[in-house]
Amino acid sequence: MSQSTPLLDSQIAVSCRGITRDFGEGETKIRVLHGIDLEIPLGEITLLVGPSGCGKTTLISIVCGLLEPTGGDITLLGLSRAELRGTRLVQFRGKNIGFVFQQYNLLPALTAAENAALPLIIAGMPRIKAVKKARETLELVGLGNRTESRPSQLSGGQQQRVAIARALVHEPRLLVCDEPTAALDAHSGQTVMELLQRVAVQPDRAVLIVTHDNRVFEYGDRIVYMADGHIEKIETRASLGAESAF
Amino acid sequence: MNWVAWKMLTGDRTKYLGIVFGVAFGSVLIAHQTSIFVSLMRRTVSQIIDVADANVWVMNENVQSVDELRAMPETEVSVVRGVAGVDWAVALYKGMVTARQPNGLHRQLILMGLDDSSLTGAPREMVLGSLSDLRQPDAVIIDKAGYSYLFPGQPYRLGTTLEINDRRAVIVGICKASPPFQTFPVLFARYNVARQYAPPERNVLSFVLVKTQPDADPVQVCQRIQERTGRLALTTSQFAWRTVGYYLRSTGIPINFGITVALGFIVGTAIAGQTFYLFTIENLKQFGNLKAMGVTNWRIIQMILLQATVVGVLGFAIGIGLSAGFFELTKDVTHLAGFQIPWQVALMTAVAVALIVALASVLSIRRVLVLEPAVVFR
Repeated sequence: MSQSTPLLDSQIAVSCRGITRDFGEGETKIRVLHGIDLEIPLGEITLLVGPSGCGKTTLISIVCGLLEPTGGDITLLGLSRAELRGTRLVQFRGKNIGFVFQQYNLLPALTAAENAALPLIIAGMPRIKAVKKARETLELVGLGNRTESRPSQLSGGQQQRVAIARALVHEPRLLVCDEPTAALDAHSGQTVMELLQRVAVQPDRAVLIVTHDNRVFEYGDRIVYMADGHIEKIETRASLGAESAF
Repeated sequence: MNWVAWKMLTGDRTKYLGIVFGVAFGSVLIAHQTSIFVSLMRRTVSQIIDVADANVWVMNENVQSVDELRAMPETEVSVVRGVAGVDWAVALYKGMVTARQPNGLHRQLILMGLDDSSLTGAPREMVLGSLSDLRQPDAVIIDKAGYSYLFPGQPYRLGTTLEINDRRAVIVGICKASPPFQTFPVLFARYNVARQYAPPERNVLSFVLVKTQPDADPVQVCQRIQERTGRLALTTSQFAWRTVGYYLRSTGIPINFGITVALGFIVGTAIAGQTFYLFTIENLKQFGNLKAMGVTNWRIIQMILLQATVVGVLGFAIGIGLSAGFFELTKDVTHLAGFQIPWQVALMTAVAVALIVALASVLSIRRVLVLEPAVVFR
């Protein structure tokens, strides 16, 4: 994990310019993203919202470097996506991006601490040291007493908190959350969002959350509305006034 | 990440054991059937291998195997003794005779007639009695398995009389001998005694057993014997392989066992391959997750290969262990005595298991390599 990230001149973590993405070929070709322009700032929670099939998942896959755009330019933490290829991209992702998934995606055979330690182990840290740090992170998300529990022994909300610990343990510059509250009840969802707001938001970290759960809109600093592969509008807390709860 | 691969593999005990036992099943079939085949083939040459003193066999030029014989005149012994490089040469009779048991039943036997003075070709291990007792009149020694065939359930007892070709044969010893391919009792007698038991023929000499001089090349001595006598002269090894070749060509044994071994391989591959492949497919999202989090394809390949190696090694160990256990448990069963797993078969089984897990791994690796990490968001 020798990938180094240059210092940013601006406070922009991700910058997309004219991003398009097609699936299929010939007559079956479908354009899912139609020239997306988007900036995701550091130190804020950006919510990406819109109906199913509008291209949210495709866009975050591109933002995370999991999918190649068909056209357009994207800059990730100061590096052009075109410069990041093959192993370099994989290592960049491992070091700089944290993921929280809708279905948690925890390895069922590992304990909470071992699951949370995965990004550090992947980065080459010795297992014992990594698990120790993961326990500290689990403490931070309120699961200090469940570090040795397996995912099957945890509730949905607790599993999602383990996933958040896993996403933060290696201190990434970009945190991407895909529907983090969709599989949770209202109370657990609120807990998870408060946790993200409390521990994930840092001046040098951007948080991007895909959701269609309007109960979480109040936690966003910026809401990007998507429809049919386009960005319909962007609302910021500043643009609507600090008191607005979106 | 090896630790993660190990945890992923063993996390679900049922699936883990299913894959291991799939490989073990294939391993058992391959090792067990191949060992029986090899042991059977070894039985076809047991009477050649048991003669440790001589290193060259001289026989009728049309002989195909140790069980298909044509007699030669006894004068051949003297001719062979005169060939350069021959240290000594003795006669050996081998033939089938019918014996009448004390209870009136008849049974076919393999009769070995050994050189009267040297007893070359005699059994090396006696269970009861002494080899020197063979020098008594009408004396015969019978192999342990043969005694069980003739007198099932009876304790070993010397002095029992058989009737062979209207002549008396007294059992003076019971020996250990490598079991023959055909499950006939093996009887040892002096050459001149065996002649009397043998059916009346003009010639009775089956083989001339030769020991070459220490500085002589046995293959060259064989050539000289052939030139001098016109007979077929082969080293022990050549004769053994000629016999094995005869059985391979003339019987359905290799085809039948070959089919079973192939089935073991195919079934083992199918069970282990399918289970391992399904295991990978079920973990596809986990692998996608790891790829998204920064695990390279090469590392994923290493993880799958490690899982396959663990499964292969354990499956092979269980398979070989079960096969070895079978042969150990049946070593005292008369018609299975001497069956064992040769190291070459164990090695071949290991190679076959490696191929099975390699095939299973290749299919799994292919699926993981083409997996887009973006699958984690679906």
